[in-house]
Amino acid sequence: MTIFSRKSNLLKPSLFSLFALTLAACSDDNDTPAPPPVQPIPKTFQVVVTNITHNQPFSPAAVALHQSGSFWQLNQAASEALETMAEGGDNSAMLAESFVMEGASGGEIIMPGAEDVVPIQTLETGELYLSVATMLVNTNDAFTGISSVDVTNMAVGDSLTFRVTAYDAGTEGNSEAQGTIPGPADGGEGFNSTRDDRDFVHRHPGVVSLDDGLTTSVLNQSHRFDNPVSTVRILRTR
Amino acid sequence: MKFNKLAVAASLAAFSFSSQAAQLDITISNLTHGIHFTPFVVAGHDDSTHIFQVGQAATPELQAMAEGGDISGLVNMLTTANAEIVENPAGGLLAPGASTNFMLDTGSMGYLSLSSMLLPTNDGFAGVDAWQIPSEPGVYWINVNAYDAGTEANDEIINGGGAPGAAGIPVAPGGDGGTNATGVTTEETNQTVHIHRGNLGDDDATAGKSDVDSRIHRWLNPVLRIRVEVL
Repeated sequence: MTIFSRKSNLLKPSLFSLFALTLAACSDDNDTPAPPPVQPIPKTFQVVVTNITHNQPFSPAAVALHQSGSFWQLNQAASEALETMAEGGDNSAMLAESFVMEGASGGEIIMPGAEDVVPIQTLETGELYLSVATMLVNTNDAFTGISSVDVTNMAVGDSLTFRVTAYDAGTEGNSEAQGTIPGPADGGEGFNSTRDDRDFVHRHPGVVSLDDGLTTSVLNQSHRFDNPVSTVRILRTR
Repeated sequence: MKFNKLAVAASLAAFSFSSQAAQLDITISNLTHGIHFTPFVVAGHDDSTHIFQVGQAATPELQAMAEGGDISGLVNMLTTANAEIVENPAGGLLAPGASTNFMLDTGSMGYLSLSSMLLPTNDGFAGVDAWQIPSEPGVYWINVNAYDAGTEANDEIINGGGAPGAAGIPVAPGGDGGTNATGVTTEETNQTVHIHRGNLGDDDATAGKSDVDSRIHRWLNPVLRIRVEVL
């Protein structure tokens, strides 16, 4: 699917230049330069991810345009790429997934109350889906994001806004224990390929924290959250 | 002219009748980390029927469902109301990560309701109260919250207590509950159906206030997602 669409994109400029060549050949005045080929205008989106938690910084957001596939499916096992992002905040494997046509990563950690704007564009003119994912870094494997939002028919100036809940990748037990949480609350381990939780993506039950009675937790009351945890706004700018 | 008008009216009537007889293709998905749902009761009914109403005291039938997972009283109530009913579509408990799919022919009934108890809780349940069935065929999504029936104190003691009025939680079906808890509370101050405040739990499997595990049995809303396809 992806390969086919890339091919068709490549075809278009070459057909155009063939046409331009034909025009030039038919021209009466061979000294007149052929008109420069018109560059196709890419569809451009700005994706604004806002952190609306109290004390759960988000890892740099992964933003992808695709036609098939998805970063996750509810109640299905997480991909290793998703596990890597959800446990450690590293989105590079997600953005390298074969179904991703265009991928972009936010440049920075998104602090609570802050937002990041991630631009992304494509020459694809057909069906188009947009996905976003980011980790709540003061957790074992919580993430938030949107999966496969249909942006095919968004016109320039259109926007879509989502209030998004927290998911549990299901790949790491929610121990909240010292050394298991990569965010500033702990500075512990990120990705670990061992799967010691339910092994399917589901709604996150929230963190418990030491203040709420989990005696082995490195988290405190400030790290608790409820849904929604993020706002994601998609704006088509061009 | 008159004849034509009558013909049009007749065809309109036939159309509106057929659009009311809704065949629903329903999928219920458990979104939680560690909560099992007891057998569901799902019904198409008229506009004066309710399994529950937020802010109103629970009926004895709702109490039996919310405290012990017993839907027989609700089924009797719905049968009396001429509802179209599906009982226990999952064939038992709906585990975390699981879904159940089934058909419901709601006939001429315009509203959909359903409910199921959350385990392990004292009287937590998830439900939909009189969702108006769209006349337009298509796929609709309902996110379902967890409610507290307001009929039993949330002591979080797992002791097999499932009969209406009996204290305690019937069971933790995942086999991940504790024992010997002293109890979280003995009071139920809001005795109407309200949004559940969630399990407190603790991390001590053999003592502590709660037999519920705070790392496993908590949840955030929504707890169920329901896909309804109106055929």
